Amino acid sequence: MDVNLQDKILIALKEQFEDQILHAGMQYDFFSITLKKDKITHIIQFLYNHPELKFQYLTTLCGIHYPELQQIAIMYQLHNLYTNARLRLKIFLPEDKPTVSTLTGVFAAANWMERETYDFYGVIFEGHPNLTRILNVDEMIIFPMRKEYPLEDQIRQDKNDTMFGR
Amino acid sequence: METSGKVIMSEKPDGLEGAGFFATSLEKVVGLARKNSIWPLPFATSCCGIEFMATMGAHYDLARFGSERLSFSPRQADLLMVMGTIAKKMGPVLRQVYEQMAEPRWVLSVGACASSGGIFDTYSVLQGIDRIIPVDVYVPGCPPRPEQIIDGILKIQHLVESESLRRRDLQEYKAMLNTYGIE
Amino acid sequence: MELKETPDQFYQPEEKQYSYLNLGPTHPATHGIFQNVLKMDGEMIVESTPTIGYIHRAFEKLAERRPFYQITPITDRLNYCSAPINNIGWHMTVEKLLGVEIPKRVQYLRVIIMELARITDHLICNAVIGVDTGALTGFVYMFQQRELVYEIYEEICGARLTSNIGRIGGFERDFSPKAWDKINRFLKEFPLVLKEFENLLKRNRIFIDRTVGVGGITAERALNYSFSGPNLRAAGVDYDVRVALPYSSYQDFDFIIPVGSNGDVYDRFMVRQEEMWQSLNIIRQAIDKLPDGPFHADIPDFYLPPKEEVYNNMEALIYHFKIVMGETDVPKGEVYHSVEGGNGELGFYLISDGGRTPFRLHFRRPCFIFYQAYPEMIKGSMLSDAILTMSSMNVIAGELDA
Repeated sequence: MDVNLQDKILIALKEQFEDQILHAGMQYDFFSITLKKDKITHIIQFLYNHPELKFQYLTTLCGIHYPELQQIAIMYQLHNLYTNARLRLKIFLPEDKPTVSTLTGVFAAANWMERETYDFYGVIFEGHPNLTRILNVDEMIIFPMRKEYPLEDQIRQDKNDTMFGR
Repeated sequence: METSGKVIMSEKPDGLEGAGFFATSLEKVVGLARKNSIWPLPFATSCCGIEFMATMGAHYDLARFGSERLSFSPRQADLLMVMGTIAKKMGPVLRQVYEQMAEPRWVLSVGACASSGGIFDTYSVLQGIDRIIPVDVYVPGCPPRPEQIIDGILKIQHLVESESLRRRDLQEYKAMLNTYGIE
Repeated sequence: MELKETPDQFYQPEEKQYSYLNLGPTHPATHGIFQNVLKMDGEMIVESTPTIGYIHRAFEKLAERRPFYQITPITDRLNYCSAPINNIGWHMTVEKLLGVEIPKRVQYLRVIIMELARITDHLICNAVIGVDTGALTGFVYMFQQRELVYEIYEEICGARLTSNIGRIGGFERDFSPKAWDKINRFLKEFPLVLKEFENLLKRNRIFIDRTVGVGGITAERALNYSFSGPNLRAAGVDYDVRVALPYSSYQDFDFIIPVGSNGDVYDRFMVRQEEMWQSLNIIRQAIDKLPDGPFHADIPDFYLPPKEEVYNNMEALIYHFKIVMGETDVPKGEVYHSVEGGNGELGFYLISDGGRTPFRLHFRRPCFIFYQAYPEMIKGSMLSDAILTMSSMNVIAGELDA
C-alpha cells in the first residue's frame, strides 16, 4: 500500500478518533492499526461510510490469544474493492473478561465469524443476535483455542509417553 | 443388441449336481445372493467421500461388484460405508444411523479418519468409529485410492458370503453389541 | 345415512400452520454434512436454521502444534476438491514471511497446477448441479475427465486427491515428460467433453426452468455477506484475487473474469463453466511462455536437499535434519496472503513468533463465510430449489467446518 493512502487513512481516523489509535504501521504488505477496543464498531462504520476510503468488505475476523500479555486480540481485515486497498485493525481485550461490541450491524458476514471467535476464545460480542457455539458441541465448557487447553483428545489410552517423550 | 463383453457368472457353490438338479446348503445360496447385491449406505463426510464418488464413477465403476444401488435410507441398507472424519458432534448421528439399519448389517470404515482419527488427533474428532459402533473392515489411506475402496468392498463380500445364517442370533454377537451399548 | 357436519378439532383456519423439516445432517441431497431445520409453509421455506460443525477438526489449533511444512497436509483437507490451490497458497504465505524470491518457472508451474485444480473443483460443482436437476449423465461423464487431472497430479506428486503438492520454495521435482504428455492430452481432450457437457445443459429447457431465478442474491447483499469467488462474480462483482492482487505471476496472463447478473443458480453455473474455459486458456499460455530455470527457490533452510546429497554430504544431512525437525530460524511477523481458491478468496493469516510452529494460523475459508447467507437465499423458495442452491454454492464441508 502506498504511503499516501496510509496517511489518508490515519488523517481521516485522527480527525475523529485521535485518542483511539495506539499504533500504526506496515506489517509486510499489510497496513495495520492497533486500536483501543471502546469504539471499534464506530471506527469500522466510519471507514465504511467514508466517501474516499470505502472499506466496505470484511475480509476476515479472528481472535488471537497472547498468554504472556494475558490478552485476547481481535483482528479485523477490511478491503476496499474499488482500489484494492486492504487494512488490518487489531484490538486487545483482557483475557479474563473479553467483551467487545458486535460488528453485525455493519457487515452481515460478521455474524458467524464472531460466533466462531466466541466458540474458540470466549469473546463476548455485545449486541450479537445469536451468540452461541457454532463449530463445537454446545455442551463444551472450555474455549479450545486458548493456549492453555490441550489440542489432543484426552480419552485416548494407546499413547505411550515414555517412548516418544511427548 | 450387441454386448461389449461377455457376462461372467458367479461360481456356483459346492454341492451335488445331477441331471436337472443341483443341491447345496441354503446358507451358501443365501450367501451368494447377498454377496452380489450389497446395498451400501454411503456415510460420506469429507475427502474420502470424493474418492467414493470417483469409485462410483465410470472409471472405477463399483457397479461391477453389484453395489451400484446406493441406499440412502438406512433401513434398506446392508453395508454402512463410513467415509471421512467423524467429529464428536457427528458421533451420535452415526450411531443412530447404525441402529436404524436392519440385520444383517456390515460396516466398512474407509480412510484413516474413520478408522482411527487419522492425522486429526484433536479434541473435536472421534478417534475411530469403532469407539461407538462395531466395524467389519478397515480401509487404510488418507484418502484411500478407489482401488483400495473396492478392495474393502471385496473383503466385505467375502465376509457376507461366508457368514452363517444364524450368526446374528448368537449370544456372542449380542454380547458384542452390548459392549457398544446397542440394544 | 345422513351426513353430519362435525367440527374438526384439529383444524384451525385462522392460524397458519407450519411444519418443520429436518434436512440433514446426513441427507443424501446435501452433498456433505450440513443440517438445516426448515420451517415450511407447504412447499415453501419460511425460515431455515443451519447448524454446522459436524466435521470440525480443529485445523487452527492443530496448526499451532506443527512445523510449517507439516501444515501443508492440513491445508489439503480444507477444500479437498481443489487441494493443490490450498497447498500452494500456504507455501506462498510462508515464502512471503521468509521474503523468498521464487523463480519464474516455479510460478508458472504453480499456475498450471492451480488452474488444473480450479477445473476439477468447478467440474464437481457443475456436475453436481446437473445431478440435482436430474441429469446424472453429465456427472458420470465429467468424472472420467477428473481422473485425467488426477493422473497428472499423480505424475507430479504421487497423490490423487489430497495432493500435498510442492514444497515451501517450489516443487520437489521438475515435471516429468510423462506429466507434460498427460497435460497436453488433457488440454486436447477435455475441451471437447466440456463443450458437450455445456451443450447438454446450457440451453436445456428443463435446466433453465429449474435454475434461472432460483437462489439469487443481489450484489449488495453478497458483498455485505463477504462473498468471494464464483458466487460473488455470479452476482455481478468482478472481484477476483488473481487480478485484484496478483500472485504467482498471474499478471502475465491474459484472461477474462466472467461475471453474472442475477447471482442465481444459472449464473453461478455459467460463471463456473466460463472459468473452466479461462483456466484452460491460462494453462495454454503458461505452457507457451514457460521459462527455463530451476524448479525450486534457493532456500537451503527450508527446501530439503536432494536425497543423493543427504546420503553423501555432511552439510546436506545437517540441513535435512534441521528442516525435518523444524529447527530452522523463522522471522517474526504477521503475514496475510490470499489466493483465489475454488470457492473464493482463500486467505492465510499467519503470526510467527520465531518458533518452530506458527503462533497463530487463521484460515479465511470462503465457504464458511458465504454459507451464512444460505437461509436468506432460500427464503421463500421451494424445498427442491434449496437443494439446488446449496449445490450451486459449492459448499465444501471440510472448508466450512475447519
